Amino acid sequence: MSTALDSLYQQVILDHAKSRHGDGELPGAGAEHYERNPTCGDEITVRVALEPGTDRIAALRWQGAGCSISMASASVLADLAPGLTLDELDELVGAFREMMRSRGAGEPDDEVLGDAVAFHGVSKFVMRVKCGMLAWVAAEACAAELAAS
Amino acid sequence: MQTTPHATARSAAERGPLTDAEVVRLRADFPALAQEVSGEPLAYLDSGATAQRPTAVLDAERAFLETTNSAVHRGAHTLAALATEAFEEARETVARFIGAQADEVVWTANATDAINLVAYGMANATHGRGGEAARRLALRPGDEIVVTEAEHHANLVPWQELAAVTGAVLRVVAVDDDGVWTSADLAAVVGDRTRVVALAHVSNVTGLVAPVQEVVAIAHAVGAVVVLDACQSVPHRPVDVRALDVDFLAFSGHKMLGPTGIGVLWGRAELLGALPPFRTGGSMITTVTLEASEYLPAPQRFEAGTQPVSQAVALAEAVRYLERVGLDRVQEHEEALAEQLVAGLSALPGVRVVGPPAHVARSGLASFVVDGVHAHDVGQFLDARGIAVRVGHHCAQPLHRRLGVTATTRASTYLYTTTAEVERLVAGVAAVRAYFGADDPEVAR
Repeated sequence: MSTALDSLYQQVILDHAKSRHGDGELPGAGAEHYERNPTCGDEITVRVALEPGTDRIAALRWQGAGCSISMASASVLADLAPGLTLDELDELVGAFREMMRSRGAGEPDDEVLGDAVAFHGVSKFVMRVKCGMLAWVAAEACAAELAAS
Repeated sequence: MQTTPHATARSAAERGPLTDAEVVRLRADFPALAQEVSGEPLAYLDSGATAQRPTAVLDAERAFLETTNSAVHRGAHTLAALATEAFEEARETVARFIGAQADEVVWTANATDAINLVAYGMANATHGRGGEAARRLALRPGDEIVVTEAEHHANLVPWQELAAVTGAVLRVVAVDDDGVWTSADLAAVVGDRTRVVALAHVSNVTGLVAPVQEVVAIAHAVGAVVVLDACQSVPHRPVDVRALDVDFLAFSGHKMLGPTGIGVLWGRAELLGALPPFRTGGSMITTVTLEASEYLPAPQRFEAGTQPVSQAVALAEAVRYLERVGLDRVQEHEEALAEQLVAGLSALPGVRVVGPPAHVARSGLASFVVDGVHAHDVGQFLDARGIAVRVGHHCAQPLHRRLGVTATTRASTYLYTTTAEVERLVAGVAAVRAYFGADDPEVAR
């Protein structure tokens, strides 16, 4: 019984859910986006700041309330995003989305996804995919807004 | 071929809560309960959302479809006559079950649909439909609709809409930190302009049982109609509409061992007679010209279009099943389970049960918060032990906001729930905080 549960709640996820990276305000953010999961009430605001005069991300920070999956995935994203260009962030979100829609199939590329590969197990729990995507969808919207400005 | 239901007429000796042996016998009637989930026997503690169905109900629907299926109230062939008879007999069975006349029982899709039927009927009355008779149900700007802060969205959003289109004002009876309100709280909100008081008989989140008798006295003193959301009461305790003395009452079939897609609106005959229809079309008219139409009396006036006939027949079978067991005994069984739930969960460190304090009666459910663990994670953890609970805001966002949480976990019982299942739930919840590291002071946030 614990095997299936542990494949969902990888230690990386439990650690990030407890000790959240990037949780807080981001003064000087160039874009912010709010996402909400109406079925469970989880909500998150993601903010992104660029290095001045570039399309490279200086910081991604977030504030929100939700389950361990949604909070941990925001925390992991906050670690991965700094240093990426907006295009690279888009690619990262795309790879993450593909993994989350895989229903557990295939092997995610940890060179691309880093700690986010821990969420591969979440893709088998269809009801939780939206939890995992919440912050990433918000970050994608921030990137689109920054790219357009 | 019908299987023999195990629920039999009770003898005089069978009183009080159902015994463990009786519950075990009843469970044999419910195929869905006999399965494993996550490699464990299913402990289905989500009957407040939807109940499982006994074989007798499944068989009744299938038997109707195999022998009698036909459109009702039209056609002259044999099956049409038999189907119409079965459909109307089902109405009589459900009406008797709640102490009503058959012509006061309107089939709807579910309780949400039933409440919308009243709200939109009143909106139509406000717009002048229904003539002189409907004027008593029309609202003027400044009239008031009273609800409680604990309502299910189904008994809140339709009234918001009615207020928006009529200029009426929605007034709210606030709840306390436990989600509890009293008749004194309601009396302070109801005034001369109050035209509607809409409330849940039993809260789907807190299990609080509304003081209906006092509410009705307060509402009727100012001429307001009382609309009772009985989704969590009709399936679980004896309900008699005349004794309650409310004006409208709504409930859903799928929460009382019946099918989805069928619900009931009961209305006082004179009010149903005055209420303009919400949906119009076929089967609800007497004369139609290209310019205008005349409508049938209630209940057909409210039943436009093809009706959920096999569902009505199956719901009547569900009613007979519940009557064989005895709603008074179901209530006692569930109240005992609620006591076990509240005592077991409250004793756990870091677990807070919302709703009325232990000495106040509650129906057979408990919603709770686990410190440091989101309800979604609690539900997932329990699912891995084969325990099915509801997580989220249970369609009651304002109540959860008032309780200071975005989500709770809810365990809800029914006549087939065992004390052993409640024990498994409590044991599961006891292990949740350790799994998520929420009991570790080092990481306490």
